Order: sequence, then C-alpha cells, then structure tokens
Amino acid sequence: MEAYLDNSATTRVLDSVKEIMIKTMTEDYGNPSSLHRKGVDAEHYVKAAREEIARTLKAKPAEIIFTSGGTESNNMAIIGTALANRRRGNHIITSTIEHASVYNVFGFLEEEGFRVSYVPVDEHGHLRIDELEKVLDDETILVSVMYVNNEIGSVNPIGEISKAVKTKCPRALIHVDAIQAYGKFRICPKQQGIDLLSVSAHKIHGPKGIGFLYVKEGTKIRPILYGGGQQKGMRSGTDNVPGAAGLGVAAREMYYDFDKKADYLYHIKETFIRRLGEVEGTRVNGLTGRDSAPHVVSVSFDGVRSEVLLHALEDKGVYVSSGSACSSNHPAVSGTLKGIGVEKEYLDATLRFSFSIFTTEEEIDYAIDCLKALLPVLRRYRRM
Amino acid sequence: MVQVFLIKYAEIAIKGKNRYLFEDALVRQMRRALYKIDGQFKVFKESGRVYVKAEAHFDYDEVVDCLQKIFGIVAICPIVQKAKMNFEELKKEVLAHIDSEYPDKNFTFKVFTRRVDKSFPMESNDVNAALGEAILEAFPETKVDVHDPEVKINVELRPTLVNIYSKSIPGQGGMPAGTAGKATLLLSGGIDSPVAGYMIAKRGVTLDAVYFHAPPYTSERAKEKVVDLAKLVAVYTGPIRLHVINFTDIQLYIYDQCPHDELTIIMRRYMMRIAEMIARESDSLGLITGESLGQVASQTIQSLAVTNEVCTLPVYRPLIAFDKDDIVKIAKKINTFETSILPYEDCCTIFVAKHPVTKPIVKAIAKSEENLAEKIDEMVARALETREIIDVEA
Repeated sequence: MEAYLDNSATTRVLDSVKEIMIKTMTEDYGNPSSLHRKGVDAEHYVKAAREEIARTLKAKPAEIIFTSGGTESNNMAIIGTALANRRRGNHIITSTIEHASVYNVFGFLEEEGFRVSYVPVDEHGHLRIDELEKVLDDETILVSVMYVNNEIGSVNPIGEISKAVKTKCPRALIHVDAIQAYGKFRICPKQQGIDLLSVSAHKIHGPKGIGFLYVKEGTKIRPILYGGGQQKGMRSGTDNVPGAAGLGVAAREMYYDFDKKADYLYHIKETFIRRLGEVEGTRVNGLTGRDSAPHVVSVSFDGVRSEVLLHALEDKGVYVSSGSACSSNHPAVSGTLKGIGVEKEYLDATLRFSFSIFTTEEEIDYAIDCLKALLPVLRRYRRM
Repeated sequence: MVQVFLIKYAEIAIKGKNRYLFEDALVRQMRRALYKIDGQFKVFKESGRVYVKAEAHFDYDEVVDCLQKIFGIVAICPIVQKAKMNFEELKKEVLAHIDSEYPDKNFTFKVFTRRVDKSFPMESNDVNAALGEAILEAFPETKVDVHDPEVKINVELRPTLVNIYSKSIPGQGGMPAGTAGKATLLLSGGIDSPVAGYMIAKRGVTLDAVYFHAPPYTSERAKEKVVDLAKLVAVYTGPIRLHVINFTDIQLYIYDQCPHDELTIIMRRYMMRIAEMIARESDSLGLITGESLGQVASQTIQSLAVTNEVCTLPVYRPLIAFDKDDIVKIAKKINTFETSILPYEDCCTIFVAKHPVTKPIVKAIAKSEENLAEKIDEMVARALETREIIDVEA
C-alpha cells in the first residue's frame, strides 16, 4: 500500500487539469502575443483562467498576474513594492517564521539598504500583533506575513493584522503569502485588507511552474522581469498558456463545493490526530482544531531522528516530510519550530504529515500502523 | 579545420616486448573517450608515435580536456603535420606556425630538430641553425637561448611526415586503463575513497566498487550520491561495476550483540570480508580503501591492523600517509569534491559511539565477534544475495 502524506510539498495533478494542459500544448498551442487566430485561441485560455481565479477571490481579473510560481510571486510582491515605494519610506516588516522565498528576499533587501524588522510569533505560531505594533512607524511601506505556515499549519489572523497595520500606517502595503492557504480557506483580499497575495498552482492539484500574484488595483508596484511587455508590462515573458489554463481549472475545482471539501479535510486531520494518540511518545506541534489549517499536522517523536523515521516510512510506501520539505535539504534546523518554542531535542525529531482531498481514511490507518510497527525498532537502535 | 595532436607517453615506452599491448590499450582508451565528444577523430600509430587527428566541428578545448583525462598520456602537443617536404617549404611552415601561435614575438627560443628520415639532405644541427637564422630574420624581436628557451620549437623530419610543434600540454600520466588487472574499491560517500580509486586506477587497474547502504538510516539520496561519485571517477577509469550491499541488518545485529565502542571496528571488518567475497567472485586481485592513517578512530595503526586481519587479498591504501588537505586537493582536481561534501549521512557514522575504541586488539575483537556466530553467516550470505548491481559509466 502507498500513502502520500506530503501534500504540502506538492500534490497530484487533477485529470481535468492534465486534459486542458495537453489540449493547450498540442492543439491550441499558439502564442497569445501572436496577432493571428491561433494566438487569439490561446489567449482565451489565459483570459478564462484569470477570470476563474478572480472569481475565487472576489477580485477583478486585472488584479491577477501569472508568475512562475510561489517563489516568483513572493519575490515580485516584496521587491516590486519595496522598490516602487522607496521614496515614501525605507522600512519593511515580516515575521520570523516565513518561508525562505520571503525570508531570503528580506535578507536581500536588507543588504540593499532597507531597514527590516522581524516580528516574532507566539507558541501557536501566530504573529504577535502587539510586537508588530511596536515596530510600525512612519517609514513602514510593507508588511509581509504568511497566511498558513507550511511547517505546522498555524493560521495567522490576517484581518486583524491588516487592521493593526492600516490603523497606524494607512499607506503601508500588506502582502500575504497564501501558498499553503489558497484552496483551503475562503480568501477575500478586499475584506481582509490584503494588497498583495501569492499563490502557487502545484499545491492545489495544478501543475508546477505556474502561480499568480494578486495585486490590488492601484497598488504601486514595479515589475521584476523586463522584456516583451506581456501582462500589461507587469510580467514579461511568453504567457505560460498550459500552466495558466491548468491553474484556472485547479482553482475552480478547489472552490467548487468548498465547504464539503474543507469538512472532509478537517475530518481527515482529526482522524489522524485521534489515531496518533494510540502511538506512544508523540506530540503534535501547534493547534489542531478548526483554528488551524485543515491539511497540515506537525508531529514530534521521542527518541527518533526524523530523517531515519522518514526513510523507514518511505520504505513502507508512506511519504512525508521532515519539518518543511523546502528546508529539509538544509542542514539548518527549522525556523518555525524554533520560533514556536519547540524544545531542542525535538527539532531534529519532527515530521510533517500533510493531506489533500484525495487522502483516504485507509491511508491514515496504514500510516498509523506503520508508525506503530516502526517506532519501537527505531527507538531501540540509536546513536550512543 | 583540422588539428593534429602528438600524444606523448613515457612509462609505456619502457615496457619492452609488452609495449604494443600498452600502446594498443592507450589508443583504445583514446578512441573510447573521443567517441563521446563532438567532432571526427582519427587516432593512429605511426612509427612509435600516437597521433590524434581532429576534424569537423570539434572544440579545441574540449578535445584537450578529454585527452587530459586519459591515463597513460604524459603530454599532448598540438602540432602542424605535413607531408614530407624540402627545406624551403619547411622554413615557410615554421615561420607561419610562429606567426600564428605567438602574436607577441618578444621571446627567446631554440630550434630542436629530430631527423628520423636520414634521406633529408641536411643534418639536424644544420637544420637548427638555418631555421634559427630564418626566425631571427623574420621576427627581429625574438632572441635565441639554447640553454633555457621560453619557446622550444620542435621539428621532426619523419620518413613520410613533418611535425612542427612548440607547445606541450601536461596529461594525467600513469598507465592506460585496463592494462593492470582489477581491484575492488570500498566506496563511501566521502572525500577519500573516490580519490583512492582514482589513484589506483591511474596505474592501469580496472575498478569494481562496493557501497554499503543502510536504509532507513542512510537515504536513497546518499546512494545516488555514491553513484554520482562513481560516475565522476569513471570519467578517468572507464566503466565501474558498483555493488550496493544492504548492510542494515548486519549493523543492527552487531549493535545488539557486541560492545558499543567496538561497533565501528567490527562493522569495518565485516565490510572488508564482504568486499573480499565480491572481489573474489569477480576476479579482483586486491581491495582498495581510502583509509588514511590516524584520520578517525577506525584508521589508527591498531585499528587498521585489526581490520586488515580479516583479509587475505592485498589491501591497497594509496592515501595512507596523506594529509587531509592533500586528499582534498586531488578530490578537487578530479572533480569529486563538490559531490563528496553533500550532507548525507554515511553508514559508518549512524551509530558511532561517543568514544569508540582507538587501540583495539585482534583477540578481543575476535572474541566479541563470537557473539555473532548464530546468525552472521546467514546475514552476510543474504546481503550478498540481495545486492543491487549498478554498471556505472561516465
């Protein structure tokens, strides 16, 4: 049996996504920039995708810019607004538990002369709004926070954060990295006070290599890629038609019958956590209820190194990540786990289980059975 | 465009009656290597010389780089090669060669003629003098220095050909691959073992390799890293047959049955035993390890004596007296360093004790191994049976 429980790393592409992508690669393969009909046909797909996506956010199609994925969306949001608003102020803010594609961009801007504040999180992984208020000042032009943390599934109170920012700095922009949130929560940028929002397709059963950045109408932002002036000059480069079409279909599917899907995911998560109670020497990091993301569970294990457990599970066909997949190849231990105060001995003993709407109860049962069988053996043999 | 290279080899020349075997092996290796790069190449022997003639769409640097990786080649000389000619024609060719190769004519030189074709009407020294004069006249900035010239202009008057060259690019040296039997390399993911394999292969030895894999303690990527290392080494050595042994059960059994501070040394002994079994079945005549005296607990002179004791084949340890820095230098030269330092755990360190024995005694270790008597033979047999064989080519 196989249990793919690494859906925060990436997801399986939907059949409907695959089909539209094949069609746009083999039949309607024109370049939307071409003047002839083949180009116009291709352009329709991009336009339709943009409309589908806008609908899921109650936004306007013109507010959606396609990018190459989450990393580019985050880079564009942060670098593009920091450069465009530099004359107004030099201060930018983020949290201590952001994904590398935000965190390292702030590091870059810090080198380029921006003043950067890193706001800590509480034990649940929520941004400390009191600490945020302390660092906001007249110079602040941008606050970038993640919606759902990729390692522990904590959910930031985005509405409250933007309210706190806009009260003190009405002109500061709010960027939200929603790569783990889109498709799992109803998001309405206008209501939640979000100016920029990053999304990646492959986390929602779309293809890799495409994502988008929502940019609220009227936001001052500069492009970070220059060239043929596609997407109104905001993001040059031949339109990724198959990617955009696939993303459009995936977005529509994720928000179709949304409540049922969310309920199912929470049901899977609850089942997993309940059954995890049967496994000795485990503890769940972060919140576990409806106030947490429905698809991520971070578990620390007594006396086992995460990498060894990961490979032992892999051998049984159970696929998970250690901490965060994106940081697991780095020797540095997880910033998020440290940020929420996980004890040192558990930093290297934590796995992330992440689910999708295709995850079944059988897969959960199988994964738990494997844990029960493997842990006693692994705990017996350790480094002395 | 056509470019001819004169290939110089030294050690092969002293091999007496076996000489042609070595030359043929060298030619074979060169053809094999050149086959993989873009261009048309002729590799040929002509009265005790090996040449490469490169034609059509080749990249000069790529050809040189390729030849520089072949064991047995001491130097690669790009030459002007023409059919037999008279002195006036020769003079023209030499002047043209100098003019195109040396834009800045401010150098000292010496002409060195080898007259193999005794029918050429002038003697070597006369050719030297006449050509020297012609060069001085054509390029007044040049000077003659017969003792320590900056440019040595070689002219070879051969029975049917004339070779003119003045540059010599160093090669790997050593002996052509496949001329000295086979040995089995214990390949880990570290810095040392690929270097050790390279060094022994440089003496003409063909390599087999053994890697000990310990899932789930070592990952699939650690294994891939070892395959990648074998590929990098194979650039020099030719194809390597890699045996991947699943070592986990044996390791855990030792963990259960033996004192923890002896775990690594006992493990090493079983690695050597298994490697020797593999070596024997594939007609390898020795084992190769990357051990370097005193580098870690299992490489003290006492530990090496204890691990060596289980082997009957000779164990070649080319790095035995090397400092780490010197090993790193070679690893960088042969391009394995960057891969070696990727951070994946290797199976020697996963259960390593805080204070492993550094001065083990054979008798004591053998005594501890008695605790393994019940199952170990069966486990070793199983490990050999379930091995994965990967034929690695560059």
